Order: sequence, then structure tokens, then C-alpha cells
Amino acid sequence: MSVTIRYFASLREAVGVAHEQIDLPPGVHTAGALRAWLRGRGPVWAEALAETRAVRVAVDQVSGDADTAVRDGAEVAYFPPVTGG
Amino acid sequence: MPVRVQTQDFDLGAEIAALRAGDPRVGAVASFVGTVRDVNDGSGVSTLTLEHYPGMTEKSLEDICAQAKARWNILDTLVVHRVGALRPLDQIVLVAVTSAHRGEAFAACEFIMDYLKTQAPFWKKERTPQGDRWVDARASDDAAAERWRR
Repeated sequence: MSVTIRYFASLREAVGVAHEQIDLPPGVHTAGALRAWLRGRGPVWAEALAETRAVRVAVDQVSGDADTAVRDGAEVAYFPPVTGG
Repeated sequence: MPVRVQTQDFDLGAEIAALRAGDPRVGAVASFVGTVRDVNDGSGVSTLTLEHYPGMTEKSLEDICAQAKARWNILDTLVVHRVGALRPLDQIVLVAVTSAHRGEAFAACEFIMDYLKTQAPFWKKERTPQGDRWVDARASDDAAAERWRR
């Protein structure tokens, strides 16, 4: 169960990673569970992905939410609210 | 229903000419061009750098244009959005819509722009005299997009 995770904008700068490939941890099947698992990596991750922070998620390049399923081979992206235009 | 994300500038006249070329059903073209201001939230801005999510950004813009086409009787849409480092006075974004009559084109153009601002994955970073800072999303932009859901 391998997934690609991408981070954008201020979130990418905060965690210092643009993209990575990880084996999905046991019991992690949703974008919200993955976010919670990433928070366990340390203070920087806990802060950047804190529940109180507005962090958007997309799975396979489609906007999702904490309940969106993450399957083997998925591309999961976390990013701050968008500011284009 | 073309959508382009690019670093290079665009020519409004040429884009509109291409969009309505050969289609005599078109009686109205509404367009919006967003440009870089030299001040934001009380600070001078010398450079605005735009980041996007290649792949998802284009899909998101196509989806927004498809929603506009389903909702209004319009003929075609165009979105061009620049990324990379821009300076005050530079053009950032172009949205253009063609239709038989102006009402549909005006409404669809505003809808696409409101949704682009709140849904398409782009992020702006400003260079100010106090340093670099990421632009925060605005509640007023969310409210503008929310209007269309009523």
C-alpha cells in the first residue's frame, strides 16, 4: 500500500517537503487519518497539520475531505486555502 | 472550453478573436482580466509569485467551466492563468465567455471567476518591504462564490 503525498505553498515550506512516497500505515484508510498520522512525525508536522488549521485535501487531484478514502497508489495532496485569480 | 496555465503573458484581443473565430452565433463576449496591484493589506508589493498544482489546477478550471456551461446558455469559455513571478501591472488571469446575448456571458464570467478564486489550486506569495508572505484566503471571496449556491 504505497501512496504519494504532495504539499503546496505555505504548508510545503513549513514541512520542508514537496512530495514523498510512503507505505500507508496500518489502519489508515482516509485522508483525515493520514493527516493525523503525519502529525505524529514531530512538532513541525503537528503544528503545520494541526486540526485547528485550515488545511485542504485532494485525493487523486479531486477535492476531498477527512472522510475521503485513500487507496493503494493514490495521490494525496494537502494545501492551504487557495488564493488564485 | 480551453483552459491554460502558463508563465507567459497573454493578449486579450488575440484571445477573444480566437475564442469567437468562425462562430456567427456569438453576439456577446464578456471578459475579466485580473492584474497585479502594488499594495495589499497595507504593504507595498514588489513581486507576486504564483504556485499551482499541475494537473489538478487544470482539471479544476475545466470543471468550473463545465458547471458554467451547464448553468447558462453560453457558447464557449476561456481561462488563462499565469504562474511564476509577476510584478505590479502584470496581467494574472483572463476569463472570457461567449454567448448569444450579454446577460448569460456576464453572469457566467463572474461565476467562473468567483469559483476560480475559491476552488482552483493556486497560491500567491508576496514580496513586501517586511519580507515574503503567503496571501491569506479572504472571507469576501468565499461569500462571492456562495452567492451562486443560493
